[in-house]
Amino acid sequence: MEQRENIGPGRACTTERCESPSRRTFLLGGAVFISSSLVLGGCGGGGSTRGSAAPRFLEPGERNFVRAAIDRLIPRDGLGPGAVDAGVDVFIDAQLAGPFGQATGIYMQAPFHLGDKEQGYQLPFTPAQVYRLGIQRVDQHCRKTSGKAFAQLAPAEQDKVLHDLEDGKVDLGEIPSDTFFGLLWQNTREGFLADPIYGGNRGFAGWKLIGYNGPRYNYLEHIDQFGKPYDAPYVSLGGRNPVMCRLSDSPTGRFRGPGCEYAQIPARLHYDALTTTTGKVWPAGNL
Amino acid sequence: MARKLPEVDVVLVGFGWTASVIAQELTDAGASVLALERGGWRDTVPDFSVTHIQDELRYAVRKQIFEETQRSTLAFRNRPGQLALPMRELGSFLPAAGVGGAGVHWNGQNWRFLPSDFLLRSHNEQRYGKKAIPADMTIQDWGITYEQLEPYYDKWEYLCGISGKAGNIGGKIQPGGNPFEGPRRREYPLPPLKRCAATVLFDKAAREVGFHPFPAPAANTSKPYINSLGVQMGQCTFCGYCEWFGCANYSKASPQSTILPVLLKKDNFRFRTHCSVVRVLTDSTGKRATGVVYVDPDGNEYIQPAQVVVLCAFAHHNVHLLLVSKIGAPYDPRSQTGVVGRNYAYQLSSSVNVTCKERLNPFMGAGALGQVVDDFNGDNFDHTGKGFIGGGYIALWNTGGRPILQEYLPKGTPKWGSGWKKALHEDYLYSTHMQGHGGMMSYRNNYLDLDPTYTDDYGNPLLRLTFDFYDNEHAMSKFLTDRATEIARAIPNRGINPKPRQGHYSIIPYQTTHNTGGAAMGSDPRTSFVNPFLQSWDVPNLWVMGSSVFPQNPGYNPTGTVGALAFWAADAMKRYIRNPQPLVQA
Amino acid sequence: MNARLIIAGVLALASAGAAVAAVQVYAPSRSDQTWSSIRDGRYLARAGDCKACHTAEGGKPYAGGRPVPTPFGIVYSTNITPDPDTGIGAWSEDDFYRAMHDGIDRQGERLYPAFPYPWFTHMTRGDVDAIKAYLDTVKPVRQVNRAPELGWPFSMRSMLAAWDKLYLDAEQFQPDPKRSAEWNRGKYLVDSLGHCGACHTSKNMLGGPTGGKMQGGMAEHVFAPNLGAGERDGLGGWTREDIVEYLATGSNRFATAAGPMSEVVQASTQYLKQRDLEAMATYLKSLEGPKAGTPGTPDRDAMRTGAALYVDDCAGCHMDNGTGLPNVFPPLRASSAVQAAKPDLLIAVILEGARSPATGAKPSGLMMPAFNTKLDDAEVAALATYIRNAWGNRAGPVSEGEVGKLRSTLASAPR
Repeated sequence: MEQRENIGPGRACTTERCESPSRRTFLLGGAVFISSSLVLGGCGGGGSTRGSAAPRFLEPGERNFVRAAIDRLIPRDGLGPGAVDAGVDVFIDAQLAGPFGQATGIYMQAPFHLGDKEQGYQLPFTPAQVYRLGIQRVDQHCRKTSGKAFAQLAPAEQDKVLHDLEDGKVDLGEIPSDTFFGLLWQNTREGFLADPIYGGNRGFAGWKLIGYNGPRYNYLEHIDQFGKPYDAPYVSLGGRNPVMCRLSDSPTGRFRGPGCEYAQIPARLHYDALTTTTGKVWPAGNL
Repeated sequence: MARKLPEVDVVLVGFGWTASVIAQELTDAGASVLALERGGWRDTVPDFSVTHIQDELRYAVRKQIFEETQRSTLAFRNRPGQLALPMRELGSFLPAAGVGGAGVHWNGQNWRFLPSDFLLRSHNEQRYGKKAIPADMTIQDWGITYEQLEPYYDKWEYLCGISGKAGNIGGKIQPGGNPFEGPRRREYPLPPLKRCAATVLFDKAAREVGFHPFPAPAANTSKPYINSLGVQMGQCTFCGYCEWFGCANYSKASPQSTILPVLLKKDNFRFRTHCSVVRVLTDSTGKRATGVVYVDPDGNEYIQPAQVVVLCAFAHHNVHLLLVSKIGAPYDPRSQTGVVGRNYAYQLSSSVNVTCKERLNPFMGAGALGQVVDDFNGDNFDHTGKGFIGGGYIALWNTGGRPILQEYLPKGTPKWGSGWKKALHEDYLYSTHMQGHGGMMSYRNNYLDLDPTYTDDYGNPLLRLTFDFYDNEHAMSKFLTDRATEIARAIPNRGINPKPRQGHYSIIPYQTTHNTGGAAMGSDPRTSFVNPFLQSWDVPNLWVMGSSVFPQNPGYNPTGTVGALAFWAADAMKRYIRNPQPLVQA
Repeated sequence: MNARLIIAGVLALASAGAAVAAVQVYAPSRSDQTWSSIRDGRYLARAGDCKACHTAEGGKPYAGGRPVPTPFGIVYSTNITPDPDTGIGAWSEDDFYRAMHDGIDRQGERLYPAFPYPWFTHMTRGDVDAIKAYLDTVKPVRQVNRAPELGWPFSMRSMLAAWDKLYLDAEQFQPDPKRSAEWNRGKYLVDSLGHCGACHTSKNMLGGPTGGKMQGGMAEHVFAPNLGAGERDGLGGWTREDIVEYLATGSNRFATAAGPMSEVVQASTQYLKQRDLEAMATYLKSLEGPKAGTPGTPDRDAMRTGAALYVDDCAGCHMDNGTGLPNVFPPLRASSAVQAAKPDLLIAVILEGARSPATGAKPSGLMMPAFNTKLDDAEVAALATYIRNAWGNRAGPVSEGEVGKLRSTLASAPR
């Protein structure tokens, strides 16, 4: 029957990690326990990621804008790395190239009216389009007022532009400037604080800043140690030395969007799991 | 051309909590039951596995376990006459798609409503006089009492393995529990969860200001548990990823962790995934449902005939199906006639951020790990002169410390730049927040109908939500937030930041997924779509489950009552199947 | 009086000459069809777990076709439904007994010992007949048997005569008068009908039994642990009640069935009578264990890496100290499966995940996810080494090579 949900072999994995267990070893020259975040940081002009792993949306000029902006939003300072050090531009680029940037699954039916603010996002643009148009017009605005693109401005000038954007004061055509700023800031925070498998939070920069040791599943013995630090090493869903995952669309469309299909499970186990004592196979979409 | 399939006894629209309960009960009674689920199959392994589930970006931020608006959403406006616009992105609430429904991604905050909640209008009129209820407030009694529902609450709690401390057993107040709760027959199946630093601070502070804190009843198991169906559950390990995530170690009650291992083995139960029900069919009299129409992912249409149709989908979706199927009289706010879409309500939550002096390690948490004060819920206190009726609880929930979304910084923190960074650095491990979880009355102009402009992926008009908060709610929220602020001040702190809910309702920020009403239950067919047994007055073989039957929304999370009502309705359905007649004569 | 005798008797009265022919038409292949015989046969078929091997994945019950990997190639299980052409519907009780007792089919061909006749050979004639009686009642399925895929010389069935000479001890079970009736019943169930040794006793190059009885052997791709005495890797620490609980429900305070044993519990042992399970436990508790060797010392770096991976990936269910949770997640501490002489089962479970049997007593069928996409060979080796040597456990270290080998075996295993 058509509705049968294929949860077995169809869950092919499209991330580099999952394609071949030995690939990571190969990429890291056999030294599995060398910090791959170092490898990430080390390959070429700051912030680039390994090879073709990260999909790209931003043009070089747009990338410069993003890097300049996020460097002000979360600057490197006495408390440690900023957004650029943490690879947030890599993160944003990958997100814009993926389902988030393309507004996959989002209701984009016309007609479009701006409406009241309580009615939520109503622009006819995907997040990627908001970036493209927004960057172009912010740069136009900067050239008009200061003769330079945003990335070329001095930090204090950049801050002023960002505040003006945030306050909705800059004319970006169809895009309210606070909407553009809101998206940029939202994605910057995400990239700084999301699991490093998405390309940002490199070297656990964001988590080290706040003191979040990463996802662990059992705090039963720790939760009532009131007031005491929890000092286990930083960990990601990709382990203690995570690598960036490619964005993937699973063939079944079950998990549209970013992320690795970590939970791939052998078909045989699935089958066993689905056979009942009566010999009925579930979950069977059968009639 | 729709293909007609063989008839089943009972077809369930949706396969979440209520469908699982109904299916389990009715298959036990011998009926053949089929559930149709719009989303996919999901199980603990592999879908919520420890290998990948703690992914805040993927699930909580990118919302990958929820319904996609592209398929179905609603159009929203605050008031009649305003142009409703589609909710393009999820925000305020998060309907699920997939087997288990929202039972997969809930926190596990599991409550009983107060006895007076079920008698809201009559109780308040009696205590405060008819004038205490504004003319446009359309609240009503439920048609059942707490006492009638109590055995079913009990059944639900022993199914889920609720961890908690009883406050009232058979009328006798129990130390350590909620002294305001209705009488229960016995203790919770499991003791309360361990406390964390923040809930200990809250408990002490709340006592200091004279309130009555107690451990929140949690559908997160405090110990390994064998439930009432013999299903094995794990023990919550405080990973901090309940809300918006599935549970990896079988310790949060969900259909998958409590019912499905038993239900799915039955030969008289079937389910189909990726089947979107788009219509309930009725015969020529309009008095009998004959089945449903659903669409598979290829766009093929099927007619599934059934003796009994039960709507078990998300609250909005149940009402939408009734409207597009032209079942029941649609509500008209001008004439105040009709029942479908009437009495939509929601929840009114507010918060107070507290930056404590003590390190809290907020990331060690559980969805329902909380300490609660119920002194200001429902009619637990005298409202005379307060300017509102109803109320809510004040809780410190330590659901986790997920870094992107769980940012509770002191007032005046810069929004970005080095100042923001400094605040996050200094405060993340020390910050928490309290929630004022307020109820919401129903009003003449808060309702659901069909939108004239926008359509869903199947070509049906979108549901249109007309909704706003009213003076009663704003006054209640301010009162609740002020009480929470009193508690916050009693915690040794470096800063507090009260955030009362003000202004119009907005569809953007997440508030709760406690959307209620639109197919209200009650004892008067002029003001309710279903009778007190959740059976349609108009179409006796059609039943509606879930919070869409709430006539208004009390100050608690709805799931406990949704579950109890499902068991209650299942008992009635068994009687109906033996003797297919309306259980209450209109 | 059974049906066959009635038919035969009635016909004999009519005409002796015709009776012979009539019996051949109506009954010669049918076994004893009394209700009690069928009922007993059903119980015995479950105890022998016939269905597990004789049903392919997604296939019809008892119609065969399931690939059984052996060191020599793949043998496919046969159709034992009563279909007269492709199944065993035309077989007489004698034919069936010869297969079970001598490993020779109705056509006189020798069967491969992947079919556990070296164990079934000890069964009583009555029990074998009862199984046949039951199999005659299952739904006949027309499905032609699939030829084995074996390399020369194993493809030559004549080889098997020599094998049988070497290894087949074709004798019916003889009770040991010095032992209790319960012990003897247990031995019968374990050593003949249950054919536990088919997995739990090691085999030599030719697939013949070798080494200590029930002291561990290979079950398809993974090591089936020692069922003899042995505090670490055997059942030395288990009480009779522990063994009974394990077989009846799929888990006990020491272990949860995983891999092939999960199927065995779900399809077979959970249905056995309490007194039969107690008898099996009594017999198992009387078995000797292997001589305890001295396991190699684990590498310190591997232990450190393994400990880190354990906290990051395993503690959510198995708890910080390896205790698991009663009735839910198996302990790894003091677990015989974890400390088995060969680590294959542990490695396989880490790589592929596991599912506990869904039994009447414990219906959940709790699952563990596969870590094959998350952990590489060196990581799995370190983790397994750690688990085998943490919390007082002591067993040989696991090498990256072992993991890699098993990973590719499992990846290419017939599904």
